[in-house]
Amino acid sequence: MSSSANIKAIEAGQIWSFPGSIHPPERKDLSNQTAIADMPLADSYVVPVKQHSGAAGEICITVGERVLRGQPLTKSGVSMGLPVHAPTSGTVTAIGPGRIAHPSGMADIVIRIAADGQDEAIAHTGLTDYEQVARADLLERIRAAGIAGLGGAGFPTAQKLALQRPIDYLIINGVECEPYISADDRLMREHAKTILDGAKILLHLADAKKGLVAVEDNKPEAIAALKEALADYPQFSLRVVPTKYPSGGEKQLIQLLTGRQVPSRGLPIDIGLLMQNVGTAYAVSRAIRDGEPLTQRVVTVTGEAVRRPGNYWVRIGTPVAEVLREAGFERQSDEQRIIMGGPMMGFTLPDTNVPVVKITNCLLLPNVSELAPAQQEMPCIRCGACADVCPAQLLPQQLQWLAKAKDYDGLEQQNLFDCIECGACAYVCPSEIPLVHYYRKAKAEVRNMAREKAKAEIARERFEARQERLEREKEERLERHRKAAEARKKAQAEQVKSGGDNPQDAVQAAIARAKARKAAQQKAAAEQATTEGKNEAKDGENNA
Amino acid sequence: MTFKLAASPHSHQRRTTQQVMRWVYMALIPGLLALIYFFGWGVIWQLGLAIITAWVAEAACMSLRGRPIGFAWRDHTALVTAILLAISIPGLAPWWLIVIGTAFAVIVVKHVYGGVGQNIFNPAMAGYVLLLISFPVQMTSWPLPQQISQFELSFLDSASVIFTGFTPAGYNLEQLRMGADGLTMATPLDSLRTALNHQLTVGEALQQPIFGELAGLGWQWVNLAFLLGGLVLLKQRIISWHIPGGMLLGLMIPATLAWLFAPDQTVSPLMHLLSGATMLGAFFIATDPVTAATSNRGRFYFGALIGFIVFAIRTWGGYPDAVAFAVLLANMTVPVIDKYTQPVAYGHGGRS
Repeated sequence: MSSSANIKAIEAGQIWSFPGSIHPPERKDLSNQTAIADMPLADSYVVPVKQHSGAAGEICITVGERVLRGQPLTKSGVSMGLPVHAPTSGTVTAIGPGRIAHPSGMADIVIRIAADGQDEAIAHTGLTDYEQVARADLLERIRAAGIAGLGGAGFPTAQKLALQRPIDYLIINGVECEPYISADDRLMREHAKTILDGAKILLHLADAKKGLVAVEDNKPEAIAALKEALADYPQFSLRVVPTKYPSGGEKQLIQLLTGRQVPSRGLPIDIGLLMQNVGTAYAVSRAIRDGEPLTQRVVTVTGEAVRRPGNYWVRIGTPVAEVLREAGFERQSDEQRIIMGGPMMGFTLPDTNVPVVKITNCLLLPNVSELAPAQQEMPCIRCGACADVCPAQLLPQQLQWLAKAKDYDGLEQQNLFDCIECGACAYVCPSEIPLVHYYRKAKAEVRNMAREKAKAEIARERFEARQERLEREKEERLERHRKAAEARKKAQAEQVKSGGDNPQDAVQAAIARAKARKAAQQKAAAEQATTEGKNEAKDGENNA
Repeated sequence: MTFKLAASPHSHQRRTTQQVMRWVYMALIPGLLALIYFFGWGVIWQLGLAIITAWVAEAACMSLRGRPIGFAWRDHTALVTAILLAISIPGLAPWWLIVIGTAFAVIVVKHVYGGVGQNIFNPAMAGYVLLLISFPVQMTSWPLPQQISQFELSFLDSASVIFTGFTPAGYNLEQLRMGADGLTMATPLDSLRTALNHQLTVGEALQQPIFGELAGLGWQWVNLAFLLGGLVLLKQRIISWHIPGGMLLGLMIPATLAWLFAPDQTVSPLMHLLSGATMLGAFFIATDPVTAATSNRGRFYFGALIGFIVFAIRTWGGYPDAVAFAVLLANMTVPVIDKYTQPVAYGHGGRS
């Protein structure tokens, strides 16, 4: 898996390359010029109970209850569960369905809190010497702090760390390749030490020896800040990667830093690597050192439609409308989009009532001239521009034809599920085909089909199990009868042997009587038939 | 207050199919100028006829198919088909030739298969082959390069020949094509082939006035001009090097080998490169993405196959040039090429 030559090359600081990629306008200077500002407290908050990939925890507060900042609102009971916490002190006003930040605009259970303005926090204590604490306890602390991957996927961090497998390198991802977003950039500039402290804790938990901190070369200030801070962290070395999209994608960054490829449908840990985002590392440090749960994160608010673009510490659960008011958003046209995330992979929000959640790294408010709305889709001319930029080395145009034709075997053969949905293909497509949209739809259909198939399989198994059971029961019944009959015979035999009256004798006598009677009857009948037969023979002669 | 919903990515590079096509025909200008300079104004009339035919045919097909007409016109693909066919046929060919060819290309080869992006065969080349097989005389009657021609035809004289068959002075195409010795002259590739068939050496064949310093008189510059336009397309990343590179190598390698063995009996590699439709084919025709292979590796093989077929037909076949046949034959192999050249996707055991 990890040859010594490969390790040597990584140690020497080699930067590999990955195929494809694009260079969209970065526009990061729009938001990265000012320090991260605190978003003022809102009057009310909306905290969705599920903000990570996994199951929601059990709600442990009631309506009307007063909660403090950092107080868990749900329990992390189930395996993939992760608690959510109150963003500030106040009263729980409602628990029920509400719209959440999701591409489909779907609703989920949310907890509404009316802030009391005191921002009183729950008491928490940190650990000074975490290395003396058992690994399981540390993981439990991270889980209790509600930390999920803040880079975008939202996978529970403790869960990722719990996989105890040999690791060559822990990679701290500060690449932030998506245009416009500068949340990680500012965090690295301002909190490099805390990030590295968190990274060190992660290194300890992953039981790894070495770590790599990766930053794109368009962030010189962040690189400088990290370099300075790295003097105290000899376990980590800095890797500056060239600016191109999507170099910050987990698989692509792994390829850039190690030349390895995560196997299809595998995990980085399969090739001895573990990746965490800088924001996650920061949150881990705060959770372990200060015992502070995750109640806020850095959100980039940017685009030409806001007057005060920049980065803000936003409490998780703050309605988007509040954030936009603070940043000075002015609607530009009917075509105005509100994008949660970046211009390449973010999704649009139908309205501003949804809250900021753990994975919200950016709110992008473009006007139509900077990010023009999509034009009408034209036919594919098979130009192949998409294949040239695809970092996963797929053939996007083939996938597109197959997706439109619903040829699921073909899609499988063309490795649809290796698509990371980075959007590079759709970005360059001269016919403006929303390629990623087609892939997402096709993936959903394939997953649905697999689910249906699994269901059908279960139904079939149950049916077969029932048939088998019925068959078995029938056999058992027959067996029982057979045994009963045998037992009866045996009992009779015993009775005869012991000199008793054999019931069989009576039966035999009765049969003999019946036979004699029958024989007498048959004889009488035969005699009659002979006389009749003679008459018939005569009739036959007459007829002839 | 609701906001507009859209699928990611929200950022988009502004290079439309129309722009791509515009680059293609802009890059044809040097070659076109060379054609006019050496072979007269006829090509302009052919272009006009081809473009009008293509637009009418496209509009008719779109309305028959119940699609918006402007939608098809906007992508300029029919325009490129028309231009490619117009510059591929002899400049003074009768008007109905280009009309039939273009109409066939647009209606049968493109729209019958489902329109833009759906056709299996290169429309311009399928149209060319239809004409070559149906009207071989008209399709091989190339005017003489003006430098050795006895006639100088004006813009309107050309029109007269195309539409009536005669110049205003009463000369027909056959007469116009006569050299100083009173014999009708074939194209350089044709002449060379005939000479080789008559047991002449290449050196002897090249003594004919129709040849220049590098290859055929006029043809050498036309090819160099198309090469120039092709390099512009490469530079602008409208096309990648795989198809032209593959085609030129596929032609060059066997040509060089044959020439090394028998320099007197075979056409030199340079002659191959600068004759007939080599450069036009390599950079403008074979690169039609719709009918080419999909992956870059596949495209290289696709180009190489075309190059090799061109060499084979020019050397052993019954036609002096072969780009159109080669392109169509290679079009047929695309599904097979695609099947065996699918790139190894990330995480499937490929090397970084």
